[in-house]
Amino acid sequence: MGALLKADLTIMANFSTNEFRSGLKVMLDGEPCNILENEFVKPGKGQAFNRVKLRNLNTGRVWERTFKSGESLEGADVMDRTMQYLYSDGEFWHFMEPDTFEQFQADAKAVGDSHLWLKEQDTCEVTLYNGAPLSVTPPNFVELEITETDPGLKGDTAQGGTKPATLSTGAVVKVPLFLSQGEVIRVDTRTGEYQSRASKS
Amino acid sequence: MSTPAPASTRAAPASPDTVSRPARASREALEARAALLRRVRDFFHARGVLEVETPLLCEAGVTDPAIENFLLESGQSLTRPRYLQSSPEYAMKRLLVEGSGPIYQIARSFRDGEAGSRHNPEFSLLEWYRPGFGLRELMAEVAELVQDCLGEQPLEYVSYRELFLRELQLDPLTASPAELEAVARANMDAGSISGDRDLWLDLLMSHLLEPRLRGLCFVYDYPASQAALARIEEVDGLPVARRFELYVDGVELANGYHELGDAVEQRLRFERDNAIRRERGQPERPLDERLLAALEQGLPDCSGVALGFDRLLMLATGIGDIRAVLALDWSRC
Repeated sequence: MGALLKADLTIMANFSTNEFRSGLKVMLDGEPCNILENEFVKPGKGQAFNRVKLRNLNTGRVWERTFKSGESLEGADVMDRTMQYLYSDGEFWHFMEPDTFEQFQADAKAVGDSHLWLKEQDTCEVTLYNGAPLSVTPPNFVELEITETDPGLKGDTAQGGTKPATLSTGAVVKVPLFLSQGEVIRVDTRTGEYQSRASKS
Repeated sequence: MSTPAPASTRAAPASPDTVSRPARASREALEARAALLRRVRDFFHARGVLEVETPLLCEAGVTDPAIENFLLESGQSLTRPRYLQSSPEYAMKRLLVEGSGPIYQIARSFRDGEAGSRHNPEFSLLEWYRPGFGLRELMAEVAELVQDCLGEQPLEYVSYRELFLRELQLDPLTASPAELEAVARANMDAGSISGDRDLWLDLLMSHLLEPRLRGLCFVYDYPASQAALARIEEVDGLPVARRFELYVDGVELANGYHELGDAVEQRLRFERDNAIRRERGQPERPLDERLLAALEQGLPDCSGVALGFDRLLMLATGIGDIRAVLALDWSRC
């Protein structure tokens, strides 16, 4: 009963332009958005405006909209949760909240390009919208095995050359020539760039 | 400014979306403020303009619908609420009526609801009045002061009308609100904004035109509907307000008037302001009867200007956020 009531009575607060902060999640034109910047613009003797930069959390698109100061938007039921990536069944990617063991399944739209960096057991940020995964952000750095690349060139550790390497997730990154298939490397998921050989554990 | 994520990045890392940079005045910024205060005082001392100080807490506030006062409501000395002054204008005009001659003031001023990278609810205005000066002479003096503080800069004078015609091929004095709205919407996402012609003019000015103004740019002769406390006169058969704004590299720095001296007209404008306040659901404000009585005695023919001292300091130091030129900004006190 309690839980039911709580779920039924989820009412999002309204936020006025002077409460807009970067990170605040609001509904705009029916879409959940993350506020990136809020600039107060006011001629000394005229109408005050707020020029607001937002990211549409459904599409990832960033744009700018101007409001009259004092207008308000409904808050979006969006929250970022830290979860463990479990596995993919081909259609959905499954995540688990480590404290509650509650599981969530994210579709391809929510996972997007992040699937290239998801390794089982790794910890990710899952953004929930109305309780369902809206997007998935991998850790900034992941360690993945090279499954396919040209044979390593022995001793070529000083030269700057690179070659493509396919990783266990299917991601293709540029790696130094001396690396071989089967080695584990560290990649920056924000840029998709090779960082180093993985530390031996 | 955060860099937009590349299109392929489905979900960007959380940090650039949520980072907020705390800003506060460095030792250098504090020293730059002290130096600028000295420089401004030297400038006016050398010209025989008298420094004055007028009260911050008065029984009348401002009727201007675009400015909200803070009210002080409790205290043994109060017989009625007092308003923290949004500028020292009314008090200084009363001094002018009493024969002060040219005067200036660096006044703490207060405007409710104005906070951002160029606004702090409590700020410093440099305001001065020049009996016998028209708008041209005052603009020239403002330019000298600002160049004295910031160094030589390109200088431009353009009327409000010329600026809109040149940049937007739009006549701000004759275009309909719908025409203004169409140009605004073609250039930005204005969402569900609605309003009268002054709203669209303000939106076009602040979003499209201001950022294009480089160096020192004086924009003068405003639409009569934006006269505030400036005289209205006819130019080319259309009424315009003898008012100017100075922009420096797109930053609004100063606002000046050939001052309205007509007490009857002044009362009408105050009442019109209050009518707009009623219409918009804003609180009405008592008229400053002491100012109106002074105007009846006769304000010397004069021009006056208010210049944002903190913004001048921002420009002098190259600091882009007002919070970093204030000893303690609004959120820290």
